[in-house]
Amino acid sequence: MTTQNASIKVKHVTRVEGHGNIVVDVKNGTVETCEWRVPEAPRFFEAMVRGRHYSEVARITSRICGICSVGHTLASVKATESALGMTVSKQTDLLRRLLKHGENFDSHIVHVLFLVAPDLLGAPSVFPLLETHPDVVTKAVLLKKLGCDWASLISGRSTHPTKVVPGGFASLPGDAYNPRMAEDELKKLKKMILDAVPMVTDMYEVLLSLAGNIPAFTRETEYVALVDDVEYGLYDGKISCLMPDGARETIEVEDYKSVTNEWVSPLSTAKYTKHNMDSYAACALARINTNYDQLHPEAKKIAEGLGFAVPCFNPYMNSVAQFIEAVHSAYMAVGYIDELLEMGIKDEKPVEPTKFSKGASAVEVPRGLLFHEYAYDEEGLCTEGNCIIPTNQNHANIQLDFDKLVPELLEADKSEAEIELALEMLVRSYDPCISCSTHYLDVTFKK
Amino acid sequence: MAKVRCAWFDFTSCEGCQIEMTNFGAPFLQLLDHVEIVEFREVMKETTDEPIDIAFIEGSFSREEDRARLESIRERAGVVIAFGACAATGGINALKNHMDMDDYKKCVYGDDSNMPHLDTQKAMPISAAIKVDMAINGCPMSRDEFVRIVTQVIHGTEKVYVPSYPVCVECKLRETVCRYEEGDHCLGPIALAGCGAPCPADGIPCEACRGMVVDANQESMEKVLQENGGMSEKRAKDKSRMFTANFRSDA
Repeated sequence: MTTQNASIKVKHVTRVEGHGNIVVDVKNGTVETCEWRVPEAPRFFEAMVRGRHYSEVARITSRICGICSVGHTLASVKATESALGMTVSKQTDLLRRLLKHGENFDSHIVHVLFLVAPDLLGAPSVFPLLETHPDVVTKAVLLKKLGCDWASLISGRSTHPTKVVPGGFASLPGDAYNPRMAEDELKKLKKMILDAVPMVTDMYEVLLSLAGNIPAFTRETEYVALVDDVEYGLYDGKISCLMPDGARETIEVEDYKSVTNEWVSPLSTAKYTKHNMDSYAACALARINTNYDQLHPEAKKIAEGLGFAVPCFNPYMNSVAQFIEAVHSAYMAVGYIDELLEMGIKDEKPVEPTKFSKGASAVEVPRGLLFHEYAYDEEGLCTEGNCIIPTNQNHANIQLDFDKLVPELLEADKSEAEIELALEMLVRSYDPCISCSTHYLDVTFKK
Repeated sequence: MAKVRCAWFDFTSCEGCQIEMTNFGAPFLQLLDHVEIVEFREVMKETTDEPIDIAFIEGSFSREEDRARLESIRERAGVVIAFGACAATGGINALKNHMDMDDYKKCVYGDDSNMPHLDTQKAMPISAAIKVDMAINGCPMSRDEFVRIVTQVIHGTEKVYVPSYPVCVECKLRETVCRYEEGDHCLGPIALAGCGAPCPADGIPCEACRGMVVDANQESMEKVLQENGGMSEKRAKDKSRMFTANFRSDA
């Protein structure tokens, strides 16, 4: 028996960043409409950076997104540094990698524990869980606070960082005004992270007990993620495209447009991207499928414990991949802090521009691969900018997941409510960040 | 005492001020002893049609089609608080307000820019559409200020105190060396305080994310940016578009 009729209209999907709608219409067993739509207001950041000085650009583009503002800031300063011929110090590189891990930990905790966990526990939000699972919620709140404090210590502020500037850092970590105090701040951070490990283990147990509630759906797709010789690709590297058959291709960041190939779909109102296949995924699942070997051993243990194996083609498992990455980040951070302390912190001024030209960068933000590119004139004023955000790149992949999933759910005789929940959970699993709306088109749906 | 029914709503913004709500740590759980969160799309599925005691609205008013939603929130809410710079002043979104619409649309959307649904308008504070009772300012909003203002509202205060002096005062109070002394520039002399001046303390200029003080001397500021900050005349004139476009004398 298959479901014959269904009409689903979810306006402004909840527990995601930004505004997205789901529309499905099934009549007499035929899927007439099955769409993921984005009505976010356009914000025109690429127009707004024109004419602004290079020192201001990251502070503007950080405001694209409040959740991945650290990632936008890092992508922005890296693109500016590339355009202006600035090579940052080893200390800056390590501090930024430490910061990047902080952002990923922070955002993944919010997504997995606050936004996804309620689905797995059958609750509408985290708030009813305060009654039923107070211990879990309290620990989730404390881990979120750790992520915020970690990123804030390095960058000044986890939402719209202050200290990260082109060429390096505007000031030392924490409230330090000399290098020795900065080292103390880093030691403090290391202790905070190590102290949190038991709570992370508790969350692992919770996730393990709920893993059976994650829908079993698979669809083979192309995965695009950063690959970095130094570590599991996050802060830096080249673009890797991984095909379902395991074939890999590596592309220079400067050639990012040959991967993203933005196009406007007649079916939807947001720009899509495509590379070798009709869509690709750029998310934690793409990263872990691409770079599993470089995960910290402790993160691999968590992956094995959760029964997670690569290649994984289940988009719902992106949340599990994020949790594994959060563990990876915690242990990697401890290693980076040790390396920084061993080197000894120095009071460094940001390096100065050596030229004024055009440059691109790529950074993995929690929800996927982010590109920024800018050109500057001789006065250091921005003449053009381009930002391609991960949700934008995942949009076509979400749509194609819908196209495969809805007929499967109808075939399995699922109710309208069950289909609606499955689609919402799918959207949520991508951890979309719709306010990163630089490329989204705005639309009014006419009935 | 009954819990205060609070709801969060978002318009044109990055939702970073809402994310700041998750950064309180354990005190957030204490807040829930006094506040019932009845609607908050970013973190919960539950919604309400019942009256709301305090509506926190994030984001600028940048599309006429958003007016009806803002009006319906106003009708349901006892107190409306502009939550963060975008809602309070138009924020960063107003940086495009002086640009020609066809030009910025073409810049971002290229050949697709003439699609009719791309229409937008100047980014304005939500007070351009509805009556706003108070603001928690800043980009992002200050968590300390949030606690202070919400505590006062819960206790029935009708008007909350917010500083009217410039950010320079707060730098002096915390003994931060002036950005101009460091060879930099800063909008501190005309920027509205209340944040505690974290940016100059972190080594970057104040960008006046909370808006300008009343009667800010903008001409004099431009002169300082050129003479003390080493800026070209053009850059000095454009400087205050970043967060304070709606305060400029040419707005």
